Amino acid sequence: MTPVEQSTLAQVTQRGRIVTRASREGAERVVRGALFLCALFSVLTTIAIIAVLAKEALTFFTLPNHPEISVWQFVFGTEWTPLLGAKPGFGVLPLISGTFLVTGIAACVALPVGLITAIYLSEFAPQWLRTPLKAVLELLAGVPTVVYGFFALTFITPDILQRVSRWVTGEEVFGTYNALSAGIAVGIMILPIVCSLGEDALRAVPRALRDGSAALGGTKFDTSIRVVVPAALSGIVAAFLLAITRAVGETMIVALAAGSLPTLTANPAAQVQTMTGYMVQIFLGDAPAGGVEYQSAYAVAAMLFLLTLSLAWIGGMVLRRFREEYD
Amino acid sequence: MSNDTIARTVPVRMSSTSTYGSANENATNVCLRLVHLESWYGSFQALHGITLDIASNAVTSFIGPSGCGKSTLLRWMNRMNDTIPTARVSGEMTLDGEDILARTVDVVDLRRRVGMVFQKPNPFPKSIYDNVAYGPRLHRVYSRPDLDELVERSLRAAAIWDEVKDRLSQSALGLSGGQQQRLCIARAISVDPEVLLMDEPCSALDPRSSASIEELIAQLSSSYTIVIVTHNMQQASRVSDRTAFFYEGRLIEFGETEAIFTNPRHKQTEDYVTGRFG
Amino acid sequence: MNQRVPSKGTPIASWRRLAANRMFLVACLAATLLAVLVLSALLISILVDGWSSLHWDFLNSFASRKPEKAGIKAALFGSLWVVATCTVLAVPMGIGTALYLEEFAKKSRLTRFIQLNITNLSGVPSIVYGIIGLTAFTRLFGMIGANDAWSIGSEESFFYLRLPFGPSVLTAALTLMLVVLPVVIVASQEALRAVPKSLREGSLAMGATTWQTIWRTTLPAASPTILTGVILAISRAIGEAAPILVIGGALLIFQTPTNLMSDFTVLPLQIFNWAGRPQAGFHSIAAAAILVQLVLLLIFNGTAVAIRLRLQKPLQ
Repeated sequence: MTPVEQSTLAQVTQRGRIVTRASREGAERVVRGALFLCALFSVLTTIAIIAVLAKEALTFFTLPNHPEISVWQFVFGTEWTPLLGAKPGFGVLPLISGTFLVTGIAACVALPVGLITAIYLSEFAPQWLRTPLKAVLELLAGVPTVVYGFFALTFITPDILQRVSRWVTGEEVFGTYNALSAGIAVGIMILPIVCSLGEDALRAVPRALRDGSAALGGTKFDTSIRVVVPAALSGIVAAFLLAITRAVGETMIVALAAGSLPTLTANPAAQVQTMTGYMVQIFLGDAPAGGVEYQSAYAVAAMLFLLTLSLAWIGGMVLRRFREEYD
Repeated sequence: MSNDTIARTVPVRMSSTSTYGSANENATNVCLRLVHLESWYGSFQALHGITLDIASNAVTSFIGPSGCGKSTLLRWMNRMNDTIPTARVSGEMTLDGEDILARTVDVVDLRRRVGMVFQKPNPFPKSIYDNVAYGPRLHRVYSRPDLDELVERSLRAAAIWDEVKDRLSQSALGLSGGQQQRLCIARAISVDPEVLLMDEPCSALDPRSSASIEELIAQLSSSYTIVIVTHNMQQASRVSDRTAFFYEGRLIEFGETEAIFTNPRHKQTEDYVTGRFG
Repeated sequence: MNQRVPSKGTPIASWRRLAANRMFLVACLAATLLAVLVLSALLISILVDGWSSLHWDFLNSFASRKPEKAGIKAALFGSLWVVATCTVLAVPMGIGTALYLEEFAKKSRLTRFIQLNITNLSGVPSIVYGIIGLTAFTRLFGMIGANDAWSIGSEESFFYLRLPFGPSVLTAALTLMLVVLPVVIVASQEALRAVPKSLREGSLAMGATTWQTIWRTTLPAASPTILTGVILAISRAIGEAAPILVIGGALLIFQTPTNLMSDFTVLPLQIFNWAGRPQAGFHSIAAAAILVQLVLLLIFNGTAVAIRLRLQKPLQ
């Protein structure tokens, strides 16, 4: 007889040392507490962001030697000339218009192209083509934005915009820095976001709806445009908003390709400065810490934060309010 | 009534006396004719040599245990199987004498002529009105009053008009399961099909809703050729004129419903209809 | 009785509908090809600009005023130091948060608030995180003045720490942690959610506690997906320039980091610095640095794909 067979299963089970209920529950509590602290950290981050931006922006609006600066004048002023020594102007509208111009161009590039690509990937593409296409999009998504900035500055502007405009009009319409080139590059940057989130939304539409449309004699085109896209609309809109949020906050592309001249303009060939572009200019060391220009960067950052937060908030609301629940 | 509708009421061909299609001896019209139909998913053969005639303006039901191929057969009748890449078919299937399995067939038009109602109600996430108007808008350009009339007639034909006439612009997803299924039937008949395929149309519904759908099927049978797949033998015996019993991809028996249920010729059919298996 | 619905209206020829279908397909292909075209244009233009400058000396020299003598040694080492530190900080924190939210937290108002908060944080521009990093880590909220600065070890020792952190490797890693944390959390949450409930129930039915179930069952099952998400988040961190620029990454530096308090620069910042100069020589070395950066990214993404392919199979 082998030793294993000499004792019953119950006897073998008894051999282990007992883990007491107290020690078990104690360990559980410690782990739970630690994980809760991790989760709390994200809340602390938000609080820190709001506190820092609010405090520094408040400092900017109450600088003792600059009584002319007010919230009203900041939000609605049309002159942004902080570095012009004698009579600086702090009206943020030119920076906002620059941001919107670049974002608008990016949206014109990325939203239609991204949505059509998403429809293609989700509804039409055969499997052998889907895999490499998704890999290309994943690569585009992984490219650092500073690379897109370089691309805009050294390829889109000289080799495309300047060449085409010279050929069409015979004149030099685009300078080294312009909003169009930066906008196109930002558009390329957000394209993978629109594609992949849009595709997710389209794929979530149940197959039964596609079958229903096909059974009525709908072509794939009819089905995609009249059933699948409307059914996925909330997800698509949320994807658009998220992509636009990224475009608004994009920094390195505009810092390299859009220029550094705050202009209140809608001309895509013009040099513009965005909110993020101005922050780069200040933090790169042009202005002494604590001075009025330096503090103004915090006020601009607060503005940017509010803008992106409201976009994210609207996106979340669209998703929650208009989502169709399928089971 | 438009020209094409008139054309269709003319008898097409007398039924032949094939081995299995014997149920149609006293039928005047054959709507769908299947000759030695075989079908595969990849290397799996789902249907073996199906030969049968489906009569016009009557209800034919397909019964049999799960996986016997009855849904597969149904989905070839409007070529929905085209959406499954591995699905293949051989043999012959004609609709009013026209080959519908040929590569050159315009499946878009075929599916207009052969409507389908699915197992689970699948209304589009649109308004009730837009659900019904969806099909017509695909195929024709309508004036608003014509479209309104078409929607109303379709909903009336599907016996749901009185329940929804005051909320046509509300989302179809707010309807109950039975109402959704009747809406899907209204949607299917809005494009004026000749044939209505129903793939277990009541299996996702409660008994009361099922009863209302069955009543509707009886009403519709005077105007449409209806083919219904069902698991429920009582249902088959209540609604259909003819019944086909399938087992493991083969057509075992086909005939008048009454004959199938009271006096089956095959042992397997008898076992199935008396509930001994399946 | 005939209930047939009458057919009014003008028919749309079926060839026109099929033509619309085909035209849309062509538009789709064109849009999709555009993505491929853009990626090719990007890669080719950068290869053309940068290939000639890419050689061993370029990898092994420090920055210089003369483009032909400049290299990326400091930036390359800086990037690796920062990203390694950032990974060590962000991964436990991110997975911990995901575990709390998915496995422990009840569906309370606080949980919903934390969740919403994380979603919103992922939309905050990275340059704003840079500003928080500058205030919170570089300067420690100004709580410690220049006179009462505190430190352990000397500047040469590997464990050297000082308060406030100043523009150091640790500051950069902490700041990038803020940037990637929402990404890590969301990816981990999705991975945990994908673990079938039956696995957890199997473990709990044996008398395991929640944590034992997580540690021995749920986490191992979710780990390939989590790992993929983490690698993609880290590859984002390695490409960030804006927050590093704000917290004060050095623009010209002649040494590699030796401890967490070292001054540093990172590859993207070096690229930005060179790309912004007007001389063509600097553009060429910027392109060469971009090539190095892209190779780093390919290594990261390739690893993620390999893990996904290799480890995901048993679960399915």
